[in-house]
Order: sequence, then structure tokens, then C-alpha cells
Amino acid sequence: MSTTVVRAASTATLRPAPFARGYRFELLKLVSQWRVRLLVCVCWLAPGAFVGVVSRQSALPADTVFGRLMHSTGWAGALVVLAFACLWALPLLTALVAGDVFAVEDRLGTWRHLLVAVRSKRRIFASKALASATVIGLLVLGLAVSGLVGGLVSAGDRPLAGLDGYPLQGTALAGRFVLAWLCVLAPTAAFAAVGLLGSVALGRSPMGLVTPAVLAVLLAVVQLLPLPLAVRLALPSQAFTAWRGLFVEHVQVAPLVVGVVVALAWAGVATMVAYRLFLRRDFTDLAVDGSGARLVLAGLLPLALLGVVSVLVLGLTTTGTGSGVDAGRLEGSLATSYAHLYRLQAAELGRPAVTEEQLQTSAACDKGGSLVEDEGPGNDWRCVVTWHLPGARAVGSAVYQLDVAADGRYVADGDGPQEVNGFFLLQAAYGPAPNPLWQFDGLVDLLAPTRKD
Amino acid sequence: MGGTAAVRARGVVKSFGDVVALDHVDLDVEEGRVHGLVGPNGAGKSTLLGLLLGLTAADRGRLEVLGTLVGRATSVPAGIAGFVDEPGLYPSLTPRQNLAALASLRGSDPHDVGWALAQVGLDDVADDRVRGFSLGMRQRLGLASAMLTRPRLLVLDEPTNGLDPAARRQVHRVLGDLTDDGTAVVLTSHRMDDLAELCSEVTVLSAGRVVFAGPLEKLASETGDLDHQVRTTDVVTARAVAARTPGIRLLDERDRGSRPGGDLLVVRGPLPAMDELVVRLVRAGVGVRELGPVVPPLEAAFLALTADEASEPEAAA
Repeated sequence: MSTTVVRAASTATLRPAPFARGYRFELLKLVSQWRVRLLVCVCWLAPGAFVGVVSRQSALPADTVFGRLMHSTGWAGALVVLAFACLWALPLLTALVAGDVFAVEDRLGTWRHLLVAVRSKRRIFASKALASATVIGLLVLGLAVSGLVGGLVSAGDRPLAGLDGYPLQGTALAGRFVLAWLCVLAPTAAFAAVGLLGSVALGRSPMGLVTPAVLAVLLAVVQLLPLPLAVRLALPSQAFTAWRGLFVEHVQVAPLVVGVVVALAWAGVATMVAYRLFLRRDFTDLAVDGSGARLVLAGLLPLALLGVVSVLVLGLTTTGTGSGVDAGRLEGSLATSYAHLYRLQAAELGRPAVTEEQLQTSAACDKGGSLVEDEGPGNDWRCVVTWHLPGARAVGSAVYQLDVAADGRYVADGDGPQEVNGFFLLQAAYGPAPNPLWQFDGLVDLLAPTRKD
Repeated sequence: MGGTAAVRARGVVKSFGDVVALDHVDLDVEEGRVHGLVGPNGAGKSTLLGLLLGLTAADRGRLEVLGTLVGRATSVPAGIAGFVDEPGLYPSLTPRQNLAALASLRGSDPHDVGWALAQVGLDDVADDRVRGFSLGMRQRLGLASAMLTRPRLLVLDEPTNGLDPAARRQVHRVLGDLTDDGTAVVLTSHRMDDLAELCSEVTVLSAGRVVFAGPLEKLASETGDLDHQVRTTDVVTARAVAARTPGIRLLDERDRGSRPGGDLLVVRGPLPAMDELVVRLVRAGVGVRELGPVVPPLEAAFLALTADEASEPEAAA
């Protein structure tokens, strides 16, 4: 064995490795992990398979938004995947990717090697953050594409009745679908940044890995509590539900913008805190992985402060002290949905077409009887919808029981008359068909001006 | 020092909180030499290696590496490579991927990857995952990654740890080739035989302070009287002869861990007295089957220098 060494010509100070090369290395390390490879496979295959299987079953996931429409259109299945993803999948993905990207170097004892090779903590951080974002983006893209392909293959590219009953189709529907996924990237980025922070602050501890998942559980619990609207809007997971406001005739912009802005603020603050903690860490002693109560506090305090500031700002700029669910908003939403769905029912029954203006639909809602204030979520809302038919002097009316969630979504359950909304099937020209007025999902715009009758 | 200095440290101090890891450390390493850093655990060896690699900066003192004054962490000159504690390897990658990534980061020639793997004898497993590698294979791969950048200063923390004899010989040969070409090597090892084979000079650290610095021969000679074990054909006569030999002191075998009543005699004294003992034994008709130090001189010197970390340092350089 002979060794030939070509002497380095320069003793100039070693310059940091180019960012692009560091980024490629981080990407290589991530995709070489079996865990990430498995996630990629699952995200690109499982949603399509899930939608394909569920779309062929008689029992649909009606408790998930758009779930009851999975037989009607492939877009519903794609949106069910989005809803499921927002519930658990996206926080979990960020935990498994971003929550471990720094901690893995501690476990492998490779920090010194990396620092000697790259020569810049800043570039290491940026490379790791961007590589994590790339992998998470790949996983999110897989969820979106797989769910959509599975849905379209299973149930076809048919119009989707929005959450106000308005039929969405074609490029408009596709555009909103893409926009919905883009919007949920903001809270996904927030969870990823919290994962980075956990990974930096908690060192080799597995707690860093589960930080985004713990946050997701925490936020899910908080959302179950009867909290003021300002608090709900200040949660970084707000955009995980606010995307539903895209699937109505007139997009519910305000909750979506608030959700995206809050989530991006969380992403920015968490990333900056993680960056600062990482730069301050001393890598000389491998026995010290940088974790500790001080670091945890230094990581948590800025986020807690951001939460408080967000609540204060939103409380001052919105009607944030209430729940956002009141009779006026609910009546407006229900009347609009009913008008759109009535037209759909009329088309199924082969009746003459009518317009929403002709119907002049209105609703009157009451919560829990006269002793309870008509405000807030609950399953004790009862509404009476009235409408006019052109050429008819009589006014039609139908009764609904509403189960309203704190995030503004509600399920309207038809209570009669039977020929209008009391039975789940109707007799269409081509045979029995689902009755669109029997049960449907709706969405209250929590930030819409309250309608005063 | 006649050669060009690859490392010159003067009065380097590094503390971690209240713990002084390096206390006014001086270090001189010439190009084309292998310099050993020796000391008990916690002596400050890894910290010193970390300073050389630019992982951290000294609190006080002056450190020149390859002619460049090093002040700030991660701003050391080009031409330095190595590892501290363990080689930084990614188990989910193959050796080729590990080295190719490093070559890319450091701007090395990617064709050198195959060369470096061949140098350490890992070319036949270049495309296996590192996950299944033994400690010795990982050590060799770490050396390959350090060689990849064609360094002028190679910093290695226990490079022969976990190696079998053949692999150890191979590493020795690689390091020898590198130093022949002018590369300076600073390495730590707990194996005195490694140091004896590889190093021209050593620095002994104890509790962050230099307790010896200089040529290896000087370290061995500083040991003073060594304990020797003597195996003879007639232990009773040999014991009597040893008792009468000037400068020789008989030790109780039990004190040295030997089996009492055997054919082994343990004596202490300077080397000339040992020579005289052998002559007298032969004259007395006692056959000498074996004569050697109980503890090798280097190890004895190391133990003597670092036995009491609280004592004042005996800087010999």
C-alpha cells in the first residue's frame, strides 16, 4: 500500500462549505433513513388507497367534513384526506422529520464531524431547516396528489357541493383545492419549526421528536374547551380548519388570513429561537447536548409570549370575546346553504329551475329553548327555514336540528317535512338518489358581521 | 525544533464554567511528525484536539495552526482534518456516500473517495451500510474521511481503538506514509505500544496541565528505577544472588501480583544494576530464562507522571 499526498497549496482560512452542498448532504441523510422512506411511501400511496376503499363502502365518514359526499364526487375524498391530514397526519409528519433533524446528530455523535466539514453553524442550521422543509413538502405533496388521484379514480370529477351548498367544479374547484393545501402549509411550517426548536433545545432526548405531536394534542384539547374566539384564532393550528372557508361560494377570507398569519408568526418565532439556541451551543463537550431547563424555557417563553400577543391583538381587532357562533350568523349561513341545496334537489327531481333570489330563503334559529341564550356551539340548535316558490303564494318551511362545533362547522339534520328534508333518499328521474336537503354540512363565518334582523 | 511548526500553542487556557479543561498548555508539533497526546480520562486531550480542529476557541493564550493564528472557533486554516472522540459517520449511508458527501462539502476531488477507502482497506465494503460496521471498521473509515481532504495536519482521537493487529498495522503504515510526505499528525492513544511505534514526541497532560513534553526516549528515561521480573532455573540461589547485588532490591512477589513460590523473582533497580545481576546469576550457575520490566517503561513513566493529578506539574520540556 502506498500513499501519495497532494499537498494543499493554500493555508488560507477554511471557508464554510457552500450552502447548496450542505443542503444536499442534509437531504441525503434524511432520505437515507428508513423512517423517512417509509413515510414517503405511505404518504404517496395510503391516501389514494384509503379514498378508493372508503368510496366503495356504503358507510361513509360522515363525521368528517365532505365525508358524506364521497360517493358523489372524487373531490370529496381528496378533501377528506386533507381534513384527516390536518387532524393528525401533518403534525405527526413534522414530528418525525423536523423533530429529529438536529437530535439525530447528538445520538450519532456526529456534530463535530459536521462542524469540521461545514465550518458554519449558520449554514448547518439553514441546510437542516431547508432539507426538513423539502422532505415535509414532498410528503404533503404526496398526501394531496394521492388523495386526489384516489378520489377522482374512485368517484370521478364531478361538481362538489360546497359547505354552503354551492356547486363548485372545474378549474375553480381545482384552484381552491390547491389553495387549501397551500394554506395548510402555514400551520405545517409552524409545527415543523416547533419540531426544529424541540430538536435543538432537547438534544438527544426523544422528547424533541414528539414535540410537534405533543403540541398537536395540546391544541386539540384546547379547541375542545369553550374558549373565546380570539383564543381560538390565535392558535397556530387555526388554518388547519380555516381552509374549509375556501369551499363556499364567497370565500371566508378573514379566518383563513388570520390562521395563516398566526401560523407563519409561530413558524418564524420558533425558527428564530431554535436558530439562536443552536448558535449558542458549545459542541466541544459531547456529554453536554445543549438541553436543559434554561434552554427549554428560552424556547417556550417566546412562543408563550407570541400566543399572548396574538390573543390580545385578535381580541382588540375582532369580536373576540364571544364564541363567534350566534343566531344571526347561523341563520345567514343556513339560509344560504338551503337555497343552494334546494336548487340541487329541484334539479334531481326534474322540477323547474329556480334561483336563490327567487327563493328568498330565510332561517330562524333558537338554541336550547327560551331559557338559553342563542349563542355558542352545541347540538341544541333548532332552526326553521322558510322560502318562496315563484308563482306560489304559500311559503314553504322546513325544520332542522343543528349540531354546531366551536370552529363554526355544523351538521344540519332535516326534521321534516318528509318530502322536503325528512328522508335520506329522493326519487330522481334516474332512480333513488341521496336527498341533498336531508343532512348536510355547513360552515359559519365566525368573523362575519353579525346579521341583525 | 528544527522543522516547520504545524502547531504552536503557548499558554492556552480553556474552561467550561468552573472546570479548567486546559491550563496554560504549550504544544509544538512539527510537520512530518507524529505527536502523541497522552493523559488519563478528563486530562484535556479532547479539548485540545477540539481547539486544533476549530470546534471551539481558547479563552486565553496563543494558538498557531499551520502558520495561522487561530482565534475564533471554526476559523482554522485549510489543510486540517480529523476527528475527536469517534469518527462522525452516518450509519444509514454507505462508506462511499459518507466520503462523497464530505468531499463535496470540503470541495475535495470526488475521485479521491475510492483512493481513501483503498488506503484503509475498506474498498471491498464501500457500498455496504455503515450501520453494520465494527468499531475497527468505523475507525478506519474515520481515518479515510480525514485523509480525503489531503490534510497538512491530521488530528486523530484514538485512531487504533478497536482495531485488530492487522488493521492496526495498516493504520500505522498509512500514518507513516502521510508523515513521510510532510503531514503532521496529532493523535491520542491509551496504547503505549502505539505511541512507541508511531510517535516521535509526546505531550503528557494531567488535569489540564502539561506534565511532560518531549521525545519519547526522554519520557522512558524519566521513569527511574523499573521493576523487573526474572525467571531462572534456581529461584532460591537467584534470590540470594539478588540480595547481594548492589543497587538491586528484592520485592515481594505478592506486591507485584505474582504467584508466590514460583520460579519468578521481582527486583527493582537501575539498568546497570540489572546488568550486574545477570552477570552474577550466570557466574553462580543460575540459568536466566527471562528478564523484563514488569510494566513497560513508557507506561511506567505515564503512571508516574499522572498518578497524582493534584501534584505540581513536572514540565520536562
